[in-house]
Amino acid sequence: MVHTIRRSRLALLRCYGHRRFIVTSIKNEFVVRFAESKLGALWAVIHPLSQVLVFALVLSNVLSAKLPGIDSKYAYAIYLMAGILCWSLFAEIISRSTRLFIDNAGLLKKIKFPKLALPFIVLGSSLFNFMLLLIASVVVFLFLGHSFNLSTFWLIPITASLAIFSIAIGLILGVLNVFVRDIDQGVPIVLQLLFWFTPIVYPISIIPESYRWLLAYNPVYPFVDAFQRILVNGLQPDYEKLSFSMIFICVLVVIAAKVYSSASEEIVDVL
Amino acid sequence: MSEFSLVVTNLGKCYRSYESELYRFANWFGFASSKYQDQWVCRNINFNLPKGEAIGIVGRNGAGKSTLLKIISGVLSPSEGNVQHGGRVSAILELGLGFNDNFSGRRNVYHAGGLMGFSVSQIDGFIDDIETFIELGDYFDSPMRSYSSGMKMRVAFAVATMSRPDVLIVDEALSVGDAYFQHKCFGRIKAFQERGTSLLFVSHDQQSIQTLCQRALLLDKGVVVDIGKPSKIFDHYNALITDQQDEVSIDISEIESSEFQVISGTGQAKLTSTLLRNEKGERVDVVSVGEEVILEADVLIVADIRSLVLGFMIRDRVGNVIFGTNTYHLKEVVTNPVQGNVYRFLARFPANLGVGNYSISIAATSGETHLEGNYEWRDLAVLFDVVNNAKNSFVGTSWIDTNIEVQTK
Repeated sequence: MVHTIRRSRLALLRCYGHRRFIVTSIKNEFVVRFAESKLGALWAVIHPLSQVLVFALVLSNVLSAKLPGIDSKYAYAIYLMAGILCWSLFAEIISRSTRLFIDNAGLLKKIKFPKLALPFIVLGSSLFNFMLLLIASVVVFLFLGHSFNLSTFWLIPITASLAIFSIAIGLILGVLNVFVRDIDQGVPIVLQLLFWFTPIVYPISIIPESYRWLLAYNPVYPFVDAFQRILVNGLQPDYEKLSFSMIFICVLVVIAAKVYSSASEEIVDVL
Repeated sequence: MSEFSLVVTNLGKCYRSYESELYRFANWFGFASSKYQDQWVCRNINFNLPKGEAIGIVGRNGAGKSTLLKIISGVLSPSEGNVQHGGRVSAILELGLGFNDNFSGRRNVYHAGGLMGFSVSQIDGFIDDIETFIELGDYFDSPMRSYSSGMKMRVAFAVATMSRPDVLIVDEALSVGDAYFQHKCFGRIKAFQERGTSLLFVSHDQQSIQTLCQRALLLDKGVVVDIGKPSKIFDHYNALITDQQDEVSIDISEIESSEFQVISGTGQAKLTSTLLRNEKGERVDVVSVGEEVILEADVLIVADIRSLVLGFMIRDRVGNVIFGTNTYHLKEVVTNPVQGNVYRFLARFPANLGVGNYSISIAATSGETHLEGNYEWRDLAVLFDVVNNAKNSFVGTSWIDTNIEVQTK
């Protein structure tokens, strides 16, 4: 344990030494995207928005009646957007960090630099994408006549803890993926299942009462729920649900630190 | 430590493969298991590098050269032993350094520089120097996908050497550049060396190792086989690659003070006598420039072999090959030599060589190169000096009859 803490601290310190590199890498990533396609990083916004549009068009008549608490005509669209906003940050961090070490194999095998800088780059650019999507969503919300209140600021700590939660899982998966490449194939499937197992597209009321207890085992649900409460209903998040998540995050961070510090030397050997 | 810029102690690297990766994961959490196999790629490597010295690393493919360099540069961590260095280590392990093809050369310099731990303002201080050094003109600001590999190499070299490192590691990357840029690179490396940078240089190119390095290290099957003067190491290396079969014996005996003689081969034919004669048939070891000489070599056929080719190479003092040929090229192959017989080869040539000390390596082989069937390879089989008592004085290793005519206009 002491060993893990010492090594993690050292790795973080080395990352701090490379902080400018992390920032320019995040910047470069967006430069590349705009170099590769004309709309560049805007695609990061267009993609989830089009998803919202599709769901809204297809499902709004079926589901809008079942949304409790609000009676706006666009309630379902807003509900969807809040959930997808949360989900897209989680999914992006997870899927990108799963391939993190494999995609950067060339780099890791050639230059000595702190490996831990890579997840920070993923974290930074995913958060930037999230910000773009958040701004776009707010614009859409205002356009639809939805208003915000002070509880919106709850989004800041919720997003921060969601980011830590996601990167901890992502780091564990990313490390394991170096050794067992099947993870690469399995993660998209699990993400897909989890997406439909989380009340994002549908309201929680649609789940039969007898199965609702299962949601307690869905680690993403408390975050999605918090996003929906804040953005749709203008309420504060559900502290009880989140308190479990906070403990879970702490456990995950410890496991991630342990896995990373044990594996960090073996990663380059196997790549 | 103070007089050394690099000390490698008892270094070893082992790759551990588990029966199942689950055992590896269990191992991280303290459940050690014995279901693994260790494969040592290099072991017990000890050497040190005084400040400003260059060492060449020589070895066959898979001998562990790249692994060794990766450990020294810090990309891989050693399984045992350690590497101590007195400062910054910069490595050009392969081309690229993580360049992004979509970025311009300039942006990639900043990116790779950042990766190496330099800040933007530090790189700002180097960028003009880099730009003039690589001479890419407008290309420096266009995307790297339009670069040739030689141009990428220029950028990679410039990035790795933008500030003087204490240890510079160069892994064959230089061979990509054109001759002009190679000269520039060597110039920069030499300038660094004078200011105290030590150099680790991997190459199969004997010439560049001999011109650049004071010492060489021969690595084979992950262990240091030999360490010493580059010319001696290359003789040993050539003997190693001659025949990959294990039955080949390699003898190294010291002759005439510090020179080493390497004899290798299968022994199916043996060189029984090698000497140099002048036109009168007298044995000589001092020859004057342009004098007609005869190299005489006797070969005893020990085993039943199908063909016999005799080759020789004249080398200068540091081991560079001045001239070499063999009876395959001269169409004098002996087919089906009789077992037990001795064949005498007489090679007649004018000693059109510059003043200096030369050696001749002689090989009895089965074909064109000594890599096919090498019966015996003998370095330093004949040693001789060339003196100039007949021609006008000149410099260099070859005598070229020159006539200069002066015209007034």
